[in-house]
Amino acid sequence: MNLLLLILTPLATAVLVLLMRNATQVRWVSFIGAAVQLVLAFALFAAFRNERMAGNAEEMLFQVQYNWFPAWHIGFHLGVDGISIAMILLTAFVVIAGVLVSWNVEKMTKEFYFLLILLSLGAYGFFISLDLFILFFFLEIAVIPKYLLIGVWGSGKKEYSANKLALMLMGGSALVLVGLLGIYFNAPERTFDLVTLSHSFIPYEVQQICFPLLFVGFGVFTALFPFHTWVPDGHSSAPTAGSMFLAGISMKLGGYGCLRVATYLLHDAAKDYSNIIIILSVIAILYGAFATMMQKDLKYINAYSSVSHCGFVLLGIGMMTQTSMTGAVMQMVSHGLMTALFFAVIGMIYQRTHTRQVDEMGGLLKRMPFIGTVLFIVGLCSLGLPGLSGFVAEMTVFMGSWERPDTFSRIATILSCLSLVVTAVYILRAITRTAMGPLKEEFKNLTDATWNEKLAAIILVVGILAVGTAPFWLNDLINPATEQIHKNLLMMKPID
Amino acid sequence: MNEMLTIMKSELLVTAIIFLLLFIKLGRGMKNESMLLLIQVLLLLNFIAGFFFNAEGTLFGSMYVNTNLIVLQKNILNLGVYLISLLFSGWLKRSEHMPEFFILLLSALLGMFFLISSGNLLMFFLALELSTIPVAAMANFDLDKKRSSEAAMKMILSSAFSSGILLFGISLMYGATGTISFSELSQQLNGTPLQVLAFVFLFAAFAFKLSIVPFHLWTADVYEGSPMATTSFLSVVSKGAVAFIFISALYKVFQPMQSMWYNMVMILSIATMIIGNLFALRQQNIKRFLAFSSIAQVGFILVGISAGSKEGLTSVVYFILIYIFSNLAAFGVASAIESQTGKENINDYKGLYQTNPFLSWLLALALFSLAGIPPTAGFFGKLFLLTAGASNGSYFFITIAALNMIISLYYYLRVIRAVFMEKNEQPIAKVHVDLSAKLGLVICAAGIVLVGLLSWIYDYIEKLV
Repeated sequence: MNLLLLILTPLATAVLVLLMRNATQVRWVSFIGAAVQLVLAFALFAAFRNERMAGNAEEMLFQVQYNWFPAWHIGFHLGVDGISIAMILLTAFVVIAGVLVSWNVEKMTKEFYFLLILLSLGAYGFFISLDLFILFFFLEIAVIPKYLLIGVWGSGKKEYSANKLALMLMGGSALVLVGLLGIYFNAPERTFDLVTLSHSFIPYEVQQICFPLLFVGFGVFTALFPFHTWVPDGHSSAPTAGSMFLAGISMKLGGYGCLRVATYLLHDAAKDYSNIIIILSVIAILYGAFATMMQKDLKYINAYSSVSHCGFVLLGIGMMTQTSMTGAVMQMVSHGLMTALFFAVIGMIYQRTHTRQVDEMGGLLKRMPFIGTVLFIVGLCSLGLPGLSGFVAEMTVFMGSWERPDTFSRIATILSCLSLVVTAVYILRAITRTAMGPLKEEFKNLTDATWNEKLAAIILVVGILAVGTAPFWLNDLINPATEQIHKNLLMMKPID
Repeated sequence: MNEMLTIMKSELLVTAIIFLLLFIKLGRGMKNESMLLLIQVLLLLNFIAGFFFNAEGTLFGSMYVNTNLIVLQKNILNLGVYLISLLFSGWLKRSEHMPEFFILLLSALLGMFFLISSGNLLMFFLALELSTIPVAAMANFDLDKKRSSEAAMKMILSSAFSSGILLFGISLMYGATGTISFSELSQQLNGTPLQVLAFVFLFAAFAFKLSIVPFHLWTADVYEGSPMATTSFLSVVSKGAVAFIFISALYKVFQPMQSMWYNMVMILSIATMIIGNLFALRQQNIKRFLAFSSIAQVGFILVGISAGSKEGLTSVVYFILIYIFSNLAAFGVASAIESQTGKENINDYKGLYQTNPFLSWLLALALFSLAGIPPTAGFFGKLFLLTAGASNGSYFFITIAALNMIISLYYYLRVIRAVFMEKNEQPIAKVHVDLSAKLGLVICAAGIVLVGLLSWIYDYIEKLV
């Protein structure tokens, strides 16, 4: 299967969207494009499994390489392993749900969908690129659509949030750039190729400088403490689909980069910084959880809890055992599906009640059984109920963390386990106050979800249930890839 | 004779056009519109002719040098001039003395050609004067505006000052080495104090023309007062030409002193980026805004220049090609709006997207390219400049440059925010863009998108270097 299809489909969709004449056509074109992409993602998944079953143990499959700026040794090199496939599936799920949820965006529909598709293009490209230059290219492509989505279609203090998000993310990518240049000039041969670089020797002193640059740079995208401040503002100001894409896809770019680029390539330095990453992620987990307790706005609740949940991703990466890294990837998938769904539900509620304040709602389950039920499912997933994806992912991270026997890691693991209690408190409080209790007078005439909202919710719920009840297929997918990264980490520090 | 025709082809063509325009002007009066069309066609032909029948060689006892790279650089400048004739057609048609404007502009262009081709300090000085003085007259072209005359006055005074410094540097250089020929100079240079002093003076003259901090003070006032067509010529074509000769002088003539000029370029680059960016943050007038942003862009060009390698030269030429498209597109949009509504304040742009989606998208594309956001060409241009600069291993320098990209993004986003997000009771009414300006804008947009993605353009430049 040619991986270029994954980039060309959204590109073709975006161009077609621009050519359409009215909003209905735009919606359908985007929907069909997203559906095709979902089918492609599953086809890729199936093809990948077949290859692995047939015994193809190559690190990256379906590689394609085209010449691009040969003077700089840049190649348009694409390829996938299990982690990329998991991320692509996640993106495809979130994109189609996002397209469906935004069905009744009336303001500049064409531009809205164009930017959504462009954002997804950046994400797909990022997850399949094996050349650091094009990886960076796609990372930055995804920033400006977010800025415009928040600034034009957002609510609240949208201009401030949009600016903050764009500047912080670009700041992160500037650090990434410097780190990448450091690798490029200090590797034995000048190349941006990820596969070549992973087998070559990068001097230890260079790693020590580049690792923090790359990890913090990518970390900004995935709410690494203390660079998480764009998350609450950005998510709460964004339109529904914007929040879904931000939390579901965009924050995963960072986690993927931390794992694939920083930890994989600079494995010697990664071990030195492991404890710092653990401390920062535990702070993010606890701080995010406690900050959520104080929130009254549904979107802020979900945004702060995202900081906490993404902390688990970073914790899994920081612990650097194979299980914990598998857990980190699973948490990325789980959190992506879960927050996307959560934001979708919040959007649906807000459209009907015109408020996001928990205190002003109540008894919504009576008038909106479907939306209320989905709210419960996603809430329970967020607090880690067995059978849903959140439990599986967080459990894997904890198990992986516990594999490290030293006292420091033990304390970190126990502290982050404690956050689950806090999560239960805020989630249960938020969803019971919203969905249960007496129904207010002004909400008597609310209607339940429309077909597009139902379809979007069902797609994401299916994803959550699939990961929650049958985690082994995801596990089988990710494990060989994290094993490769772990093998790199186990290598002895070169003696110089 | 035949050899001279091919070697000096670019200069001869431009001279021929200048004379043609003179005769037309002196003879029977043509209507402004048909005249402009004729000029556009001539400039297009001139641009196309630049790609054929080229020859390398030296003339006049190596005072004049032509190589394939120089031919390419001249073509890039030709392209810029052609785009200017398209983009500012609205203003040009209304201008009373349109042929004279082009006569002056082409004379300046001729000066720039000789500047790039110069192989000798005297030739260099002559060409620099020829490329500056007509621009001062062009700055004064809004005859009914006081600011325009003020701009011309500032321009002529500051350039006279920098010429003085340059001449002083040249005479010192002659005293220190006993030669003014570039090829002999590079053999004579060994870093004695007198040579260093002479070099500093020469460097300062370059810095004036490129508006490198601390020699940037004239830029904003001149840009603001001049008509938009002159401003864009100054900030794009003129900067490009001086950057070309600057880099080839540093790389070829002053090669022996590289360890010295590396530090100078680095410090000035940091200062230029930071000061250009910080001043751009607070500008309200779109022309002043673009002036300071272009100062910051020069800081980036210096990052590439600091590399001192083949990659540095390639990426600078590549960046200037991209910069022509991006900056001219931004000026083109600003001029289309200004020539019909007279508004050139960023606050007036609020709500522009509601009334002028085409212009708004173009402005966004141009500003994203200037900010270095993919997939626009500016991303590739800036990235290659930074990569070339990083090859010397000074990560501190590169980190500062990368962080400056964030500051610059902030103010470019300010314009984007005004255009797309902010509400306005009375947004600028629908602006009529005439056909040739539209063509120019489309060419710029195509350049912004394609020059980056099509990697063979970079390879082509790299082969010539």
